[in-house]
Amino acid sequence: MPSETHRPHAEPAGSDALIEVDHVSFGYDASRAILSDLSLSFKRGKVTAILGGSGCGKTTLLRLIGGVYAVNKGAVRFDGEVIDTRNREQLYRLRRRLGMLFQFGALFTDLSVFENVAFPLREQTDFPEAMIRDIVLMKLNAVGLRGAAQLRIAEVSGGMARRIALARAIALDPELIMYDEPFAGLDLISMGVAANLIRTLNDVTGATSLVVSHDVAECMTISDHVILLATQGRIVAQGTPAELMNSTEPEVRQFVRGEPDGPVKFHYPARPLAEDFGVTL
Amino acid sequence: MTNPLQALGRRVLDALRALGHNAVFFGELLRSVPAALRRPFLVVAQVHAIGNLSLLIVMSSGLAVGFVLALQMYYALVTYGAAESLGLIVNLSLVRELGPVVTALLFAGRAGTSLTAEIGLMKAGEQLAAMEMMAIDPKSRVLTPRLIGGIIAMPVLAVLFSAVGILGAYVVAVYLIGVDSGNFWSIMQNGVDVWRDVGNGIVKSFVFGVICTFVAVYQGYETNATPEGVAHATTRTVVIASLAVLASDFVLTALMFTH
Repeated sequence: MPSETHRPHAEPAGSDALIEVDHVSFGYDASRAILSDLSLSFKRGKVTAILGGSGCGKTTLLRLIGGVYAVNKGAVRFDGEVIDTRNREQLYRLRRRLGMLFQFGALFTDLSVFENVAFPLREQTDFPEAMIRDIVLMKLNAVGLRGAAQLRIAEVSGGMARRIALARAIALDPELIMYDEPFAGLDLISMGVAANLIRTLNDVTGATSLVVSHDVAECMTISDHVILLATQGRIVAQGTPAELMNSTEPEVRQFVRGEPDGPVKFHYPARPLAEDFGVTL
Repeated sequence: MTNPLQALGRRVLDALRALGHNAVFFGELLRSVPAALRRPFLVVAQVHAIGNLSLLIVMSSGLAVGFVLALQMYYALVTYGAAESLGLIVNLSLVRELGPVVTALLFAGRAGTSLTAEIGLMKAGEQLAAMEMMAIDPKSRVLTPRLIGGIIAMPVLAVLFSAVGILGAYVVAVYLIGVDSGNFWSIMQNGVDVWRDVGNGIVKSFVFGVICTFVAVYQGYETNATPEGVAHATTRTVVIASLAVLASDFVLTALMFTH
């Protein structure tokens, strides 16, 4: 059982919670549940990291918050308003208040770096061209890529693409920024730069940040709150980075220290080895 | 007995469901046409991408079809002493049938596959999902301008196909076979009705433009976001669009040219 300090329950919903996940169950098909009765809340102005192994529903949780999928049971609330995926008008109104960094950037490959960042501004506002230019250059400057504004997407590296996508995600100064695996595939320098950017942007803009990642070290450095998920969205533990790092729970220790075996098994459930290879041990 | 019946019933229901989904999807695209037309530069870019870049294959095919048609028709007509009708036969064949149909088949192969692959890869690269998360409707921003671009480009390409085909037939008939030039043009002028023949040909190519472009954008949007999914979707675009063009051509011909 998780310790009292790392209680796997939803925090009581209050006015300081921007996002509330209330007893949510979800599966892509009826036979396999990805999230089962998950309750969480994310506080305004804080960086919250959602950690967990592959397939535990981290990215799915972000997509439910973004209204990409409809929950099977329960509700997701954005600033107190239940997200209804059938209500397109409400969905788009809420989405204008959030930005999302996709795992591989999801940049528009037919547009330049500048045009990628300008895209939400051109589509969502009627700002004059001079203002759009200034905002785009400011956002690119924030991620250190003002000088790359005229490059084509094919000409930038993976790390640069992630930073361009981040500049695009914050182009409209969203209240909520969701990061899906922002450190995946980055070298150590780029990873450090990305982590600092997430923290700095959060502090400067006052936005709420949700970071979904496997990268324990970086998340522990930049987060105010950490949630550790297991399969079917079971909350193993949550608390401050220090609380999780010092946890004596075997499952938490295994994850934060990257131990190969423990409560979370390395092997996918299978028949006995001897049976598969037809030998007698 | 129950199982085959169940299987048949399931297939019929699946087909009806797919048809309904297509109809709803088409309705959604139609609803976003006014929004797309308010941003004409998006449509113009697609007319260029779909139309201009298909010019080479369409016009060279038109020329080749004109050459061959003139030769084949001449040898058939000369048997009955009707070689002077060559210009008329070639023209009617091109503007009524071959122009719209062959252009549509080429269009499905050249522009249709390109549209499906482009949209499918945008989906695989999460570009469409990114637009959704930015509160931008990908149907309105990506699909509808392509649909309008295809519908505008297709009749123009079909007219060019027929025009180049007639010129090709003229070259073969007059310079290779020795048909009288004045006769070639005058019998064509007398026998071809602008509205009934040319106009109906353009109406056909408009319908084929709707079919080919819609099939292409639908297949791209509904593709499985994997390399195999995109490959299957592009193949389906060619097969479905070609069969739909041939089937609708029969229906349109029956409606337009039977007394």
